[in-house]
Amino acid sequence: MRLIVIAVVLIVTCVIASRAKLVPGRAQSIVELLIEFVHGTIIQNTLGIREGRRFAPFLITIFFLILSMNLAGVVPGLNLAGTSVIGLPLLLALWTFVTYVVAGVKKHGFAGYLKHETMPPGVPKPIYLLLIPIEFLQVVLIRWASLTIRLLANMVAGHIMMVVFIGLTQGLLLSGTWLILGSPFTGALAIGIFGFEIFVAALQAFIFTMLAAVYIQMATSDEH
Amino acid sequence: MDPMILSAVSGNVASIGYGLAAIGPGIGIGIIVGKTAEATARQPELRGQLQTTMFIGIAFTEILTLLAIVTGLLFN
Repeated sequence: MRLIVIAVVLIVTCVIASRAKLVPGRAQSIVELLIEFVHGTIIQNTLGIREGRRFAPFLITIFFLILSMNLAGVVPGLNLAGTSVIGLPLLLALWTFVTYVVAGVKKHGFAGYLKHETMPPGVPKPIYLLLIPIEFLQVVLIRWASLTIRLLANMVAGHIMMVVFIGLTQGLLLSGTWLILGSPFTGALAIGIFGFEIFVAALQAFIFTMLAAVYIQMATSDEH
Repeated sequence: MDPMILSAVSGNVASIGYGLAAIGPGIGIGIIVGKTAEATARQPELRGQLQTTMFIGIAFTEILTLLAIVTGLLFN
């Protein structure tokens, strides 16, 4: 199922890229709009223009992959979002983890990077005893684990919510008592949940990309 | 405590835990969004940046509730 989504995305983007014109058609302008959104809102706001150019392919790839995988959850027939199985979010989060650690080590050197991330300046000396383990744990574990869990739990919760409401509608319709009267409301709610899921899919793709950009920015920022 | 009440609760502990876990982040997200609305009203030209910060804040707050879902599934 995920292979189908990946194939569709690859083929669509390849076709659009190979036919790219100066004056974009409808499909091309949609893709360009999305890329512009990622580039303008996420990358330039957090990384800046110069640093942003280095990481733009990574971030745009992540955004498109998560968006299409999330949207697969509301396509009838596919039904299950690719990101609601733990493998994909974990892979993407680990990819982000490796990217920001490598970027930070390249910029500051290994010891310098550890010092940069775990010892924020302007703190009284004794507090470092508390601060260093927490910050270290955050860099090594909490950041990518929370990226994984956020995406996964959102998609799983959305999927369960849709199943519950559609199942409730069917149960009420087939109940054979006066409860049938309630089924139009739950049916309408189920359709509403579909709309909400589309919103959540876009929002989660946005948040994941944004946090990845913020982590990279934290790792590569200059001493302050 | 009355054994009847305890037995009535026992089937549903995970959802009660989720409800408890949703209280704090609910308040937190409300504060974040409300403050962002205030700030946007004061300086409408900073709207984009404020929204970015808002979403980051929401993401950090929301993870607490999502952890409750995961723990509910894990420790069932």
